[in-house]
Amino acid sequence: MAEIIRTENLRYAYPVEEGETPVYALRGVDLGIARGSFVVVLGHNGSGKSTLAKMLNAVLVPTEGSVLVEGMDTADERLLLAIRQRVGMVFQNPDNQIVANVVEEDVAFAPENLGVPPEEIRRRVDEALKAVGMSEFTTHAPHLLSGGQKQRIAIAGVLAMEPECIVLDEATAMLDPVGRREVLATVHRLNREKGMTVVLITHHMNEAEEADRVVVMDDGAVVMDGSPKEVFTQVEPLRSLGLTVPDTVDLLDRLRHHGVEVPLDALRVEECADAIAAALQ
Amino acid sequence: MLKDITLGQYFPGNTVAHRLDPRTKILLVLFYIVALFCAQGVVTYTLLALCLAICVRISHVGIRQLVRGLKPVLFIMIFTGVLNLFFTPGGRNLVEWGVIRISEQGLHNAVFMVLRIMLLIMGTFLMTYTTSPISLTDGLERLLNWMKRFHVPVHELAMMMSIALRFIPTLIEETDKIMSAQKARGADFESGSLIQKAKALIPILVPLFISAFRRADELATAMECRCYHGGEGRTRLHVLRYEGRDITALCLGGAIMVGVIVMSRFGL
Amino acid sequence: MEPILQIKHLTHTYGVGTPFQRSAVEDMSFEVREGEFLGIMGHTGSGKSTLIQHLNGLLKPTSGQVLLAGKDIWAEPKKIREVRFRVGLVFQYPEYQLFEETVYKDIAFGPANMGRTGAELDRCVREAARLVGIRDEQLDKSPFELSGGQKRRVALAGVLAMEPDVLVLDEPTAGLDPAGRENLMANIRDYHRNKQKTIVLVSHSMDEIAQNADRILVLKGAHILMSGTPAEVFARGEELLSAGLDVPEVTRIAMALRDRGLPIDPAVYTVEALERQLLALRKGGAAC
Repeated sequence: MAEIIRTENLRYAYPVEEGETPVYALRGVDLGIARGSFVVVLGHNGSGKSTLAKMLNAVLVPTEGSVLVEGMDTADERLLLAIRQRVGMVFQNPDNQIVANVVEEDVAFAPENLGVPPEEIRRRVDEALKAVGMSEFTTHAPHLLSGGQKQRIAIAGVLAMEPECIVLDEATAMLDPVGRREVLATVHRLNREKGMTVVLITHHMNEAEEADRVVVMDDGAVVMDGSPKEVFTQVEPLRSLGLTVPDTVDLLDRLRHHGVEVPLDALRVEECADAIAAALQ
Repeated sequence: MLKDITLGQYFPGNTVAHRLDPRTKILLVLFYIVALFCAQGVVTYTLLALCLAICVRISHVGIRQLVRGLKPVLFIMIFTGVLNLFFTPGGRNLVEWGVIRISEQGLHNAVFMVLRIMLLIMGTFLMTYTTSPISLTDGLERLLNWMKRFHVPVHELAMMMSIALRFIPTLIEETDKIMSAQKARGADFESGSLIQKAKALIPILVPLFISAFRRADELATAMECRCYHGGEGRTRLHVLRYEGRDITALCLGGAIMVGVIVMSRFGL
Repeated sequence: MEPILQIKHLTHTYGVGTPFQRSAVEDMSFEVREGEFLGIMGHTGSGKSTLIQHLNGLLKPTSGQVLLAGKDIWAEPKKIREVRFRVGLVFQYPEYQLFEETVYKDIAFGPANMGRTGAELDRCVREAARLVGIRDEQLDKSPFELSGGQKRRVALAGVLAMEPDVLVLDEPTAGLDPAGRENLMANIRDYHRNKQKTIVLVSHSMDEIAQNADRILVLKGAHILMSGTPAEVFARGEELLSAGLDVPEVTRIAMALRDRGLPIDPAVYTVEALERQLLALRKGGAAC
């Protein structure tokens, strides 16, 4: 499958005062994001996952190495708009990314910046709001919406640029379970129905169960990379990274220690119940 | 208590008053203000008050909401009223009691000054109540477009204004939250001397400022991620276009203003 | 023993007399017992936040009563500040309320407002800092230099330093990563165990509540939907799910196993307990 984003030996150090030694938040990340895939990047705070996210659309540019978006180097300032139009970003705090006080005006913000003609903006705004299931809120005031609804507006605001890829930088961290489910369902649907590439940065491992691929980061480097089943069955390594494993895997792991013959990779609740029922009967 | 602030509030609706082009409304308010300051006598004031009443009627804005908007300026109104009442010489003295003297002219001035402020506030509030902040700033930006030639950053100012308006409710909510949190730690905002009261604000203002800066920083990044690069080459979802009703309203408004100016020449 | 907090027919209505009138809390009655760990769960909008702001008198009931150690907290409105010292409330994202130049001064804000000074003030500041794992050398730092997780600990210490009889926590772990969440909950558990103080924990995380609370109150639409021990509450998993609430993942596994005909106790809500039951089943099954 073709790659939409490619990072090569990506290193990044946050600027420091003169005389101090720079601390690298990313120390050599080589990652390719396949077009149309759903990739979850997991890691605890300070693992470098958010820094990585901000490099994917040139909010930050590499200290060393490179990031290519459809072959365009993010370090090239002339390509900035083209890159940001292709890779949209949704941030953590829903309140701090909504620009306008009417929903449709906010969704229209990006195409307005891109100089899209008014009739085309109208079409994109309506389509984007429909895609996130917020059409009925077109003329509402965003500050009266719930957290999950605000994040869906933010996603619509990104969709209106007609990007190839959406990066969600801990966009679910401040939401309650209902809001989190809304946002996840929305991005999964976009991925499935529109073939949108999704990169979801999170520390909730249960958000990764449905992904195509899970990338685990620690100390500025990728330490695990594979399908959810491949990653979540590595019980001990995950725990030593300060991450939890799903309760399903935890339970299966414990049963296996007692000699019950169950597979470790029955991640979903239903799968897990099937496996246990089969082993016990 | 903070929720009482009505400044910049917008009550959505679909009346003619709502549908008018924001530029028209800004110009009409300008005409209205000019007329108000020219108005001299009972006739002109009555005429302007009547105009306002008709506009209020058309816009379906509750009179109670308009009156509520007067609350924050109540002090200024009383102050100007009192000042005019006691310190305007001229005409017959109505009351003379020691140093206190109320002249005929003073009473006249006081009544009209208070009326003027009231009408002024209610008129401008009617505009903000019926115009979404974003179209208001949009209209302002278009109206002032010619100033760009003199290197006035019109677009940037308009953008700043619309973002400020967007964040007013968020910051009010945040202030409420911080106040509650500090009260939970025993902060006391009500009692004590003026200095103590001012000091008691520090635990609110410091977190509020820090949070506002953090928000500004994050918002700037989010805007850049959505390809914001200044006003150059920007298009708009809603294009402003003068319609028949705008022309009519402007002509009518202009005529009334001229009428008021002429009438006030004759002291009406 | 008399309950430390009694909530009697509490109702709170916002916007009385306007078209926006709406009750966030309606006729709620319950008790908080001395020394217990009470978990409150419910959606955003279920009335949780409004409810807990009544426990320390930040909000005044529209009708009904809140009794602290048998006394109506609004009996003497002038003394409401004392109620706030006895019922410590930690808001959501409390790190956003920090304002002082140093961590020490910020933690001291509450106890200083209580009138504590000198050695007494120093003692409660240092003890509170110790309880949440803030090291002595961090006390002289600016709170704004600390990491997000540490800032939250400082804010928590600021309430603990008032040495309240009841500690009310609103979503204390929101936004933290798994390690940060576990650390903070461990601090709170230790505090509860060592000081024998009453704790009221509001959380969206069913797992967090399941692991810590002695008793659970489930709120829905301004009312109490159910209350009981974790085992009693999670045994009604289907009901919780149909009310649109989450249940711990373990409960969902247990429910799925029951659907497949395995005799699992509905009251199971921890991995350890489910493991024990399954192993017992295997032994029983082997005997057949």
